[in-house]
Amino acid sequence: MTDTVREIFAANSSPLNRKYQSPLPREIFAASSPSIGEAGLTSDWRSETPEIIPDKCIAFKKNKLICQLCWGYCPEGVIKKGTPPVIDFDYCKGCGICAEECPNNAIVMKK
Amino acid sequence: MKMNSELLLTGNYAAAHAVKSCGVQVVSAYPITPQSPVVETLSEMIYKGELKSEFVPVESEHSAITVCISASAAGARVFTATSANGLMLMHEQLHWAAGSRLPIVMCCVNRGVSAPWTILNDQQDSISQRDTGWIQLYAEDNQEIFDTLIQAYKIAEQVYIPVMVCYDGFILSHSCMPVNIELPENFSSFLPSYKPIINLDSKSPKNVNPVVLADKRLDKNNVLRNGYMEFRNHLANDLIDSLKIIEKTNSEFNGIFGRTYNNGLFKTYRAEDAEHFIVTLGSLGSECKESVNLLREKSIKAGLINIKSYRPFPAEQLVKALQKAKTATVFEKDISYGFDGAVAGDLKAAFFSHSDDLNKPLIQSVICGLGGRNVSYKETAETVEKVIEKKINPKRPYWLNCKI
Repeated sequence: MTDTVREIFAANSSPLNRKYQSPLPREIFAASSPSIGEAGLTSDWRSETPEIIPDKCIAFKKNKLICQLCWGYCPEGVIKKGTPPVIDFDYCKGCGICAEECPNNAIVMKK
Repeated sequence: MKMNSELLLTGNYAAAHAVKSCGVQVVSAYPITPQSPVVETLSEMIYKGELKSEFVPVESEHSAITVCISASAAGARVFTATSANGLMLMHEQLHWAAGSRLPIVMCCVNRGVSAPWTILNDQQDSISQRDTGWIQLYAEDNQEIFDTLIQAYKIAEQVYIPVMVCYDGFILSHSCMPVNIELPENFSSFLPSYKPIINLDSKSPKNVNPVVLADKRLDKNNVLRNGYMEFRNHLANDLIDSLKIIEKTNSEFNGIFGRTYNNGLFKTYRAEDAEHFIVTLGSLGSECKESVNLLREKSIKAGLINIKSYRPFPAEQLVKALQKAKTATVFEKDISYGFDGAVAGDLKAAFFSHSDDLNKPLIQSVICGLGGRNVSYKETAETVEKVIEKKINPKRPYWLNCKI
């Protein structure tokens, strides 16, 4: 931040001279706080469902928190790290990227 | 208290001085004729330290308005200016600005839109952005540019709708007139510092303008949040309701600075007993005062209405002002292709929703001054006479001084 921008922010945070703007009675612009489920349940977008086969999962076989590539690649952040990792089916859209990236083909997409 | 100073300024310089007086904190713009001197002057003021503001140079108008949207959402009072094709490039972001309810103020220095290329004046650019949800105010002379810009910030920050201040390229932007410059310390009571409603703050992160769905839905705190249509409805209604705020701001301005623009929505000239009206926008209003005088000399009861607030459209007030009119000839430097001039079309519509009188005035659309074509007061007066004598086909817009 430059000094000017810093001063702008400092000036705006002071409560001076605010009488002429009335508080808003209504929700006039769209805003939300980042949180799980803010965009609604997305599980009904899914046409194929990923299934983890534990016997093929590297993390499960070694019983160590290793690999976790599915967790890393999931674009929706709905896979929880684990041995094996756990998929949240409330929000999984069924894109299949986890199945594609799994080095041991331990995830299969089922209709 | 220091005295106000009267300076000889072009419209563009008057605009820059107004922006400086308003203590704008972020300026972002891309050069385009005839707007360039506005932001050139502002960048000079910022460089010299006369205006404590951040100047963000960008690579296009689309980015210029985007910087303004972001800075406004972050809590700054912002300004940008553009013309013609630059405004066209901003089109998408104009909707974003209005939909986000950010009190951005922009100057549109009116210039004809290509193709073919023209750099000269008409009002097709701003009129083409009519339906973006912005307030549009038109100025008639350089003093009005200065005053309207100051009022624009106050209006925008009360109704949370962006304001476009439009004035004619070259005719005003590059012509010198005496302008009374109010010193910033003299109007801090009129325009207090801006406090935003959207507060982008890294300590409590927020999505502004997330995807909303067709219907209302519950958020994570179980609060029912608006769907798309509710947001649009609020904007549309608030835009109509801002007519009152524009009127109030005009009278408050008059109280402090002693200058008024009739009701703040449109200006009138010799309109009290008039039967044959000229209706127009912007600098053409000055020219048309002479036409009214000329017609009055010929014992034609002429009057003038110069619309200042085109959006929101003061339908009720205009219909009331025109209730004794027999004809209303609308001179405008724009056209809604496939129909009349935009203002004429709106005025006709206003009579059907706001007047029970069966004897509605004849409203004639006249297209004039496109691409810098000169419009003289004699020609406008002659056109009004032709309308009165029913020598013009009212089913089509009349093209004044178009040599075909």
